[in-house]
Amino acid sequence: MATTQTLTPAMERQRNARLRRGMLYLVLIAVGLAAPFVAYPVFLMKVLCFALFACAFNLLLGYAGLLSFGHAAFLATGGYVTGFLLSSYPGLTPELGILVGTLAAVVVGTLFGALAIRRQGIYFAMVTLALAQLVYFVFVQSPFTGGEDGLHGVPRGALFGLISLRSNLAMYYFVFAVFLIGFAIIQRTVHSPYGQVLKAIRENEPRAVSLGYNVDAYKLLAFVISAGLAGLAGSTKTVVFQLASLTDAHWHMSGEVILMTLLGGVGTLFGPLVGAGLVVSLQHQLAQSPLGNWVSVILGLIFVLCVLSFRSGIVGEIAKSVRKNFK
Amino acid sequence: MTQELILETRGLTKEFRGFTAVDDVNLQVREGHIHALIGPNGAGKTTVFNLLTKFLPPTRGEILYRGKPITGMKANEIARLGLVRSFQISAVFAHMTALENVRVALQRRLGTSFHFWKSERTLDHLNDRAMELLDEVGLREYADVLTVEMPYGRKRALEVATTLALEPTMMLLDEPTQGMGAEDVDRIVELIRRVARGRTVLMVEHNLSVVSRLCDRITVLARGAVLAEGDYASVSADPRVREAYMGSEAVEEGASA
Ligand SMILES: Nc1ncnc2c1ncn2[C@@H]1O[C@H](COP(=O)(O)OP(=O)(O)OP(=O)(O)O)[C@@H](O)[C@H]1O
Ligand SMILES: [Mg+2]
Repeated sequence: MATTQTLTPAMERQRNARLRRGMLYLVLIAVGLAAPFVAYPVFLMKVLCFALFACAFNLLLGYAGLLSFGHAAFLATGGYVTGFLLSSYPGLTPELGILVGTLAAVVVGTLFGALAIRRQGIYFAMVTLALAQLVYFVFVQSPFTGGEDGLHGVPRGALFGLISLRSNLAMYYFVFAVFLIGFAIIQRTVHSPYGQVLKAIRENEPRAVSLGYNVDAYKLLAFVISAGLAGLAGSTKTVVFQLASLTDAHWHMSGEVILMTLLGGVGTLFGPLVGAGLVVSLQHQLAQSPLGNWVSVILGLIFVLCVLSFRSGIVGEIAKSVRKNFK
Repeated sequence: MTQELILETRGLTKEFRGFTAVDDVNLQVREGHIHALIGPNGAGKTTVFNLLTKFLPPTRGEILYRGKPITGMKANEIARLGLVRSFQISAVFAHMTALENVRVALQRRLGTSFHFWKSERTLDHLNDRAMELLDEVGLREYADVLTVEMPYGRKRALEVATTLALEPTMMLLDEPTQGMGAEDVDRIVELIRRVARGRTVLMVEHNLSVVSRLCDRITVLARGAVLAEGDYASVSADPRVREAYMGSEAVEEGASA
C-alpha cells in the first residue's frame, strides 16, 4: 500500500528513537542497581530524590514552557505530610505515608495551578513564588510541622509492613524504585497523546487554541503532574533522612531546582538527573572543604557560567554535538 | 447555493485605549460564499478576525453564528463550532513533522488528548487520514519533514491541511498568499477554490487579482469602518473605494488579471 510505504521512514525513525531510549533505560537501571556497592547509599538516595524533583520541574519548564518559582512548596508539602503521618501513626507503612504526601502535593498543586496558569511568563513565576512563600509561612506557624525545628526521628518503618527499611541498602533500592516510577511517568507523559498537544501548545499557542484546544486546562494538568512528582520526591526524602524541615520549603530550594535543571539541560530527559547529581555532589564536596561557607556563591557562579556559555545544559550540549558529528 | 447567513456581526466595535480599531461593523457572510475582507494597512481586518474568533473581546457589539449569539464564547469553543481561523503570520508547529502537524488537529476528536498515560502510538491509526490531507494540498513528500525546514509557501499549504483536518464549516484565512511568489499564489488560489466547495470562506487578501478570481462578495474596510460592500465589479467601480484604498491603477491591474 502506498500510504504505508511513505510512512516507513517516519515510523522507523520513531522506532529507532524508542530503541535508543530503551537502551539508555537499561544502562540507567544497571548503573542504579550497582551504584550502592561503589558509592555511599545515603548520598545516592539524596541524589535520586533531588533528581526526581528536578525531573518533575523539567516536565513543567521543558515540556510545558512554564517557569515555576515555587516548586519548593510541593517538595515540602510532600515531606511534611508524610513526616507528620509516619510520626503520628506508628502503624502506617512508609509507602502509604508517601502516597498521601504525594496526594497532598497534588491538591496544593491544583490550587496553585488554578490561580497561576492564566498568567504569562514572569507573572506566572511571580504568582508561584508568592504562593510558595505563603505555604512557607503556614509551615512556620503550624503546630504539626514543628516550626523552626522541623520534624525529627520520622520512622522509616517496613515496606508493606514486611521489608524493614532500616538498612540503608534496602532503603536505597526502594528509593531507586520510586525514582524509576516517577521517571517512567514523565517519560510516558511526554510521549503520549497529551504530550503531543502539550508540544503543540509550546510550539504555537494561538494555533493550538484555533484548533480548539483549551490550552489552560492542558497547562494545568502539566502543573499538577509536576507538583505531584515533586511531592513524591519530598515524601521519599523525608523517609530517607527521617526528617522534614523548613529548608525544603524555602525559596532557595525553588532556585536550586531551577539550577539543577538548567545545568543538566532543560527539556532533555536525562539532564535533570545529571544536574541534580552534580549539584548534590558539589554541595557534598564543598561542605567538607575549607570553602564550606561559599557553597551558595560557587553554585551561583556555576549558574551564571551555565546560562552564559552553554545554554542547553550539559546533556543538551552533548546531544547537539552527537547530532552534529553522527548525522 | 443557499443564501442563508452563516456569520453576522451587529455594531461590532473594538477600542484600544481610546483608539477605535474596529468601528460599528455590520458584516454579513452568506453560507457557501468566499467572502473577501479588504482594506488598506491598519484598516482593522486582522482585528475583525480576532474579534470573530474571540482572540480579542469586543468593546461593543454582537456576533451571530447561524443566528445564535456567540459573543460570549471562548476562542477554543469557537473552533469547536466549526469556525476555524488561520493567522497572518504562518502558524505551524515548527519542531513537529508535517504529518504530526496535521495529526495533532485530527487527534482532538479522539477524546484522548488528556490521556498522559497512553502511548503516542495510539495515534498511529490517524496517520492514513493525515496522509490523505497532506496529499490534498500536495505535501505528500513532506510528511516526514520537520516543519521548520519547509519552504514558506509549503508551510501555508500545511496550515490549510491542518485546518481541513478539523472539517470546518467556515474557514477564516488571514492573507493566505502574503509574501508568496506568483507560482505559489496560483497554487494556493486553486487550493482555496477546491477546499471552499461545501464550505464558507472569509478571507483577508491584499492581492486584488486573487480577490477577483476567487471571491463572491467583498467588504471594504477603512479606518475600522465598512466603506463599501458588494461583488468585485461594483466595489471596484465605487469611487470612494478607489479614493480611500485602491488607487485607480490597482483596480485596473486587478480587473485585468
Ligand atoms: N492589540 C492591539 N493594541 C493596540 N492597537 C492595536 C492592537 N491590535 C491592532 N491595533 C491597531 O489597530 C489597527 C488595526 O490593526 P489590524 O492589524 O487589524 O489591521 P489590518 O487591517 O489587519 O492591517 P494589515 O493589512 O497591515 O494586516 C492598527 O492601527 C493597529 O495598530
Ligand atoms: Mg492584518
